[in-house]
Amino acid sequence: MTAQTVKLCETCPAYDASALKRLGVKVGAANYVVALAGNPNTGKSTIFNALTGLRQHVGNWPGKTVARAEGGYDFNDRQYKLIDLPGTYSLLSTSVDEEIARDFILFGKPDVTIVVVDSTRLERNLNLTLQILEITDRVVVALNLIDEAQRHGIQVDARHLSRRLGVPVIPMAARRLQGIPELLQAVEQVAKGLYTTRPHRVHQFGAKLERALNGLIAQIEQEYPGLPNARWVALRLLDADASIEQAIRDHRLGELNRDIEAASTEKAAPAEVVA
Amino acid sequence: MTQLTLDQLEIGSIAVVRRLNAGGAIRDRLMDMGLLPGTLVLAEFRSPLGDPVAYRIRGALIALRRSQAREVEIDLSEGARE
Repeated sequence: MTAQTVKLCETCPAYDASALKRLGVKVGAANYVVALAGNPNTGKSTIFNALTGLRQHVGNWPGKTVARAEGGYDFNDRQYKLIDLPGTYSLLSTSVDEEIARDFILFGKPDVTIVVVDSTRLERNLNLTLQILEITDRVVVALNLIDEAQRHGIQVDARHLSRRLGVPVIPMAARRLQGIPELLQAVEQVAKGLYTTRPHRVHQFGAKLERALNGLIAQIEQEYPGLPNARWVALRLLDADASIEQAIRDHRLGELNRDIEAASTEKAAPAEVVA
Repeated sequence: MTQLTLDQLEIGSIAVVRRLNAGGAIRDRLMDMGLLPGTLVLAEFRSPLGDPVAYRIRGALIALRRSQAREVEIDLSEGARE
């Protein structure tokens, strides 16, 4: 009977959930680094705990996660290191905890960034989502608190949202573990490059601005070789972002990049795809 | 007539954002909070000392200091609903 059950269930989500092994803090050489980003109080830590088996403090108030927490899980024989970031409304923000999140998303080079959004306040949450889509195309949107949205009479058309954003959108109620198997699959597909994302980009710049940008980018790359998202840094400079100006002046920008890289060096080379 | 700003909005009234006069980080912050030209804002209640005031913006309740609200130009919206 068991053999048959397994056979029948091979393609259903429940089967995949059983392929999840929670690794807690025991992540050595991970194949992929996954960042959990999102506005404050959207359920990032709840998802983190569900995937890692850890008990990162979950509380219903914003600003609870002040530093980043790390954990791991194994899914279909691949190890993932999961980074739970402090909540942030924007990549343009200035408070310390928000800077931690911003710097990791920008310079930590995660293989996949999960953007956790609150379905009951979708419009507000899409601000950060679109900002993240500007700088990386390896994104999965976790449409969390879908149960609460339904209670408020809100229906979210996840499929349509996914088409418009160009990335997978997974409806979830993480507290009840709803949507976790689908999330795991989506992250796997984006990490392995099996899902080709087409991120929605808001900005279309004129030739004049592009010229100014390219000049700045060249200088930034000369000063900080290998810095990811030099274009974003250049845009912030043109926007007169004082914190970025200061980081460049103090040479902190480079350090930041090195710090984060050192933190994720345990990451093994991505396993070869067996053809 | 002088331009109305958000700090002058009476409690219980709704206005439409016309323009943000703030610059730099404060401007970014206000925009991150969803305060853009065209956005409906309801002044919901005042704190005991009168400052800050809680505004309903795109379904979220956000407290703004008078000095910040003064940087937001508004138009009163008659009969508008949030």
